[in-house]
Amino acid sequence: MQWEVVIGFETHVQLKTNSKIFSGSSTQFGAEPNTQASPVDLALPGVLPVMNKGAVEKAIQFGLAVGATIAPESIFARKNYFYPDLPKGYQISQFEIPVVQGGYVPCIVEKDGKPALHQIQLTRAHLEEDAGKSLHEDYQGMTGIDLNRAGTPLLEIVTEPVMRSATEAVAYAKALHSLVMWLDICDGNMQEGSFRCDANVSVRPVGQKEFGTRCEIKNLNSFRFLEEAINIEVRRQIELIEDGGTVVQETRLYDPDRKQTRSMRSKEDSQDYRYFPDPDLPPLKISREWVEQVRNTMPELPSAMRHRFVEQYGLSEYDASVLTQSKATATYFEAVVTAAGTSLAKAAANFMMGDVASTLNREGIEIHAIPVSAAQLAVLLQRIADGTISNKIAKEVFSGMWEAPSAEVNLADQVIEAKGLKQISDVGALEKIIDEVMAANQQSVDEYRAGKEKAFNSLVGQAMKATKGKGNPAQVNELLKKKLAG
Amino acid sequence: MHTKTLAQLSVLLQSKQISATELAQHFLNRIADSNLNAFLHVDPAFTLEQAATADARIAAGTATALTGIPIGHKDIFVTRHLRSTAGSHMLENYVSPFDATVVDKLAAAGMVTLGKVNCDEFAMGSSNENSYFGAVKNPWDTTAVPGGSSGGSAAAVAARLAPACTGTDTGGSIRQPAAFCGITGIKPTYGSISRYGMIAFASSLDQGGPMAQTAEDCGMLLNAMVGFDQKDSTSLERQPEDFNRDLNKSLQGLRIGVPKEFFGAGLAVDVEQAVRAALDQYVKLGATLVDISLPKTELSIPVYYVIAPAEASSNLSRFDGVRYGHRAADYKDLNDMYTKSRTEGFGDEVKRRILVGAYVLSHGYYDAYYLQAQKIRRLIAQDFAAAFEQCDVIMGPVAPSVAWDLGAKSDDPVANYLADIFTLSTSLAGLPGMSIPCGFGQGEKNAKRPVGLQLIGNYFAEAQLLNIAHQYQQATDWHQRAPE
Repeated sequence: MQWEVVIGFETHVQLKTNSKIFSGSSTQFGAEPNTQASPVDLALPGVLPVMNKGAVEKAIQFGLAVGATIAPESIFARKNYFYPDLPKGYQISQFEIPVVQGGYVPCIVEKDGKPALHQIQLTRAHLEEDAGKSLHEDYQGMTGIDLNRAGTPLLEIVTEPVMRSATEAVAYAKALHSLVMWLDICDGNMQEGSFRCDANVSVRPVGQKEFGTRCEIKNLNSFRFLEEAINIEVRRQIELIEDGGTVVQETRLYDPDRKQTRSMRSKEDSQDYRYFPDPDLPPLKISREWVEQVRNTMPELPSAMRHRFVEQYGLSEYDASVLTQSKATATYFEAVVTAAGTSLAKAAANFMMGDVASTLNREGIEIHAIPVSAAQLAVLLQRIADGTISNKIAKEVFSGMWEAPSAEVNLADQVIEAKGLKQISDVGALEKIIDEVMAANQQSVDEYRAGKEKAFNSLVGQAMKATKGKGNPAQVNELLKKKLAG
Repeated sequence: MHTKTLAQLSVLLQSKQISATELAQHFLNRIADSNLNAFLHVDPAFTLEQAATADARIAAGTATALTGIPIGHKDIFVTRHLRSTAGSHMLENYVSPFDATVVDKLAAAGMVTLGKVNCDEFAMGSSNENSYFGAVKNPWDTTAVPGGSSGGSAAAVAARLAPACTGTDTGGSIRQPAAFCGITGIKPTYGSISRYGMIAFASSLDQGGPMAQTAEDCGMLLNAMVGFDQKDSTSLERQPEDFNRDLNKSLQGLRIGVPKEFFGAGLAVDVEQAVRAALDQYVKLGATLVDISLPKTELSIPVYYVIAPAEASSNLSRFDGVRYGHRAADYKDLNDMYTKSRTEGFGDEVKRRILVGAYVLSHGYYDAYYLQAQKIRRLIAQDFAAAFEQCDVIMGPVAPSVAWDLGAKSDDPVANYLADIFTLSTSLAGLPGMSIPCGFGQGEKNAKRPVGLQLIGNYFAEAQLLNIAHQYQQATDWHQRAPE
């Protein structure tokens, strides 16, 4: 039996406003419990909610960034249920008419070793308030309730069930994470709970139109756990069905120590939230003018930048997408191109997606911590372009620059000088070396002249080795060919 | 002193013929001697301190028309010093860290708080028999109900324990007790008076308002109570106005709409007679009567008793024993704590309405009940819009009968609901509504029990309503009558 995995995501993004969504309390993380909870947050008798425009603006920014529709009128609804960290006994959310509708988030997904650009379709994004925190340990069998977080603005972003693998899901999660930080609407701190993903996972036989029964996996606070949890859940569901069982619709938690998901509560006999429009809040009206106003104060959107990189620098869609996955990367790239010149844009793109990316990965650091500045990298690229060094040698120079950082813009030159890595392009010098190589490799020469093409490569290899890699590859090629032709 | 209207007291205070301290002490004495159970929380020292401050203001020349006037606040408005119980065991010992906006505004004008007055639990009721702290007696006949839910407010004013009280009206809770107690009360256009600090019953219907002896008194209070409040998102930005500016306008040419649905089979004969006599008086004042129809009147009962409980069921979820209010003494787990605390904390009528409310919002029933009721609500508002094409003000009875005996309807909640028929539609449409005394019932028992005339105006027409009421009160003396 061939199985297809179907995944949809719900992500709760804490919006970076100074105060809460319906009260003026601070949203600062880490304060002493219950010191950032006003009468409104505590749901004292007689209090009423007042909407924070800043939260709405961040929602508008998100909507614009993903190409969604911003609803000209949306409704706040009460989601009713009892829990001690929910002071009013209801959460103010949006139900039938959310503020953001549709949109898509692009991400790069690796499949069979090849990276591809995927557009993940969003269903909606809506505004709601966060609940407080329940602390079950340290209270002698009781539970401590901290309401500092109650009322923090959230944007709940929901995707269509269009993802088909854990890899794709993680790629989406990372891209969304990057996007909300790019827009500066969220600080992206997963440990502090600023960015919380729930995955809806189901399986179905390949070719079947109907979706299988889905389970919601909660408590995924790192990308690694996200990937593990989804794969484990998929395996669980497949095994269950293949053993003759049926998947029960429920909420499950991921246990990273035991590497298993376990049932939290059944979504079936789950709550009836008795949604109805909140009579304390008028409909949220967003005019065209307000949207334009917000658009004008936004930084260049990733989608716009992507488009510009293609138009202005002649990059491919794919390359442009990779380079705009994070604002830091895009900014760095553009600084390199500005310093090196637009004609080197493609070279810059390749170098960044190649050596820079792999080195960052290996060292386990993000681009904002890179020890080589954009200006320094620009010089390195210019040295390749002007023939001072070859592409291959450039890797060595780059390593040298990375290991011995300095403020010198011409660091590349210093490293080339210090290590004697200048490319040998002098025809005379090269001819001499080639003569020596040909003399030392008579067999390969004969084989090549006899028609064996591969022998050429071996001679090139020997020649490059003899130049300690510094030979100008194009020159070496040309000269060797000439000499072999006799 | 206690027979004087608020307007008269204001003059006496301003001219320093009496002091705020004297006045406060006078009413405090009367409250202490009263057995109507109108007042719940009184702190004489606190009151006299406010009175002293008022006297200082009057002396300094920084007083307003309301400075030094004593007032009782319905226990549905939260206050910082005195407890706020909403008439419920759930909040028996609750003290709010902030004052309701209405309380703040009246205090800023210099009014002196006499205390918190009794009401039906969480404003749910029409007789003030649903209070955890016992029923309030009607001062005209202590075997009768004072009406509700602002029964304490109405009884206090009628018995001259206070020149005025604040009340709240969700489906008639200012107008009906005002009628039953022979006083004047007004519920302004929805959104006029801030709901911040008013313990919520039904958010889209609740409105605060003044209850006093005369229309003029109510106007003086409205002037201080009405106004935009940034803390209430349903609060309206109305241009400031003097609600008493048109009191003396002539009623010549006024068209009074008389809805035929308000004079049907269910209306008691003695109430009809008193109301029709009032209408005749208006004709003498120059008005003409116009027959109109408000066809959806009967539907207002099911519509209200779907929408109000729905909103209430959600508004009362916060009373869960976790952060404040009553928490059961023993419980074995979270659900047990919730169940016991709420079972013990709430009275029967409140529980009834929470159950109804949860039901009509639940999956599978929402469309048929809640959504449908909201649609009909809009039609009810359209009834009024059509009527106001033909008349300037609508008049009729406030309730189908005079006050009933204490205990008479306690076993029949629906009988209570049906008696709201004339006041519910005004609330559903958000229109301003007023009640003024226009006579008494007939027969040995009813002759002691007042009858109220209801005036319903178009949106924002409070000044006009006060004018219409004031002219009647200049020509008649029902509003000056007080129980022995």
